Amino acid sequence: MPMDQSFVGRSYAPTPPYEVGREKIREFAEAVGDANPLYTDPEAAREAGHPDVIAPPTFAFVINQLGWEQIVGDPALGLDYSRVVHGDQRFVWSRPVRAGDRLTVAMHIDSIKTLAGNDVLGARGEIHTEDGEHVVTAYSTLVARPEEGE
Amino acid sequence: MAATVHFDDVEVGTELPTVTVRVRRETLVRYAGAGGDFNPIHWNERFARAVGLPNVIAHGMFTMASAIRVVTDWVGDPGALAEYSVRFTRPVPVPDDDEGATVELSGKVAAKLDDKKVRVDLVALHNGQKVLGKAQAVVRLS
Repeated sequence: MPMDQSFVGRSYAPTPPYEVGREKIREFAEAVGDANPLYTDPEAAREAGHPDVIAPPTFAFVINQLGWEQIVGDPALGLDYSRVVHGDQRFVWSRPVRAGDRLTVAMHIDSIKTLAGNDVLGARGEIHTEDGEHVVTAYSTLVARPEEGE
Repeated sequence: MAATVHFDDVEVGTELPTVTVRVRRETLVRYAGAGGDFNPIHWNERFARAVGLPNVIAHGMFTMASAIRVVTDWVGDPGALAEYSVRFTRPVPVPDDDEGATVELSGKVAAKLDDKKVRVDLVALHNGQKVLGKAQAVVRLS
C-alpha cells in the first residue's frame, strides 16, 4: 500500500542532546580505518584551528540515525523497517562535529514517492547544538521494498 | 579548517591518491558498534540470505566513510569538507574468511567552484563494479 502523502512536510521534535565524546570519536575513526590525527590528538586538532578533536565526516550519521528511529518508529507513518534500505545520503556542513558537542537532530519528511513498487521517503535531519548552532544537515532517502505478493 | 592543498595548484582532472580498503567480518562488527547500526544483514549470514542477499553485506555508511578518505587524506583537514553525497547502488558482500572483500577508492577534481572550493567525484569499486553512484564531495582548499 502506498504511503500517505499527507506526511510530506511533517516535522519531528528535536531528539534529546547527544554528547559527542573524544573516545567515541576515536572508536568510530578506528572502525572506519581512518588514522587522521585530527580525530584522536587534541593538540593536532588545535593546531589545525579546531577547539578539540573533530569527528570523521560520516559520524554525523550516528546522530541522524536517532532521528530515523523516530520516523520508522512512528506507527502512523507505518514504514516497515525490516523492508527499508538506505538509498542515498548527503551531508552539508556548517562546521565539523567535534568532541564536547551536545547535538540534537530535528527530522523533517521532505518527500514521499512510489518508484518501481518501492516506497521512497526523503528525510532531512537538521543537526544543531543544543544552543541552536547549525552543524550539519543530513539528507537521506529511505527505500521500503514491497512486501511479498504485493 | 586549514586544507594543505592550494586551490591554485589543482586543475579539473587532477587525480587524488587512491585508497584500498579491506572489509572483513570483524570490520563490520566493529563498525556496527561504533556506528550504532545493528541491522543483522551486516553480521548474521543466516538472516542476510533469508532476506535475499548473497551474504552478509557491508554497511553502506561504512563504504561512504571509507570513500571520503580519498578526499580527507588529500587535504589533511576533514574540517574543510563542505558537502558529501553518495547513492548506494550495489552491496559489498563480505565472506566469512580472512580475505574479506576489497573496495578500491579513487577520485578526481571535477570542477573548481567559488570560495576556493572544488568538487571531487569519487569512484568506489568492488570486483571492478561501482558500489556507489554519484559520489561527490565539495571541499574548501587553502
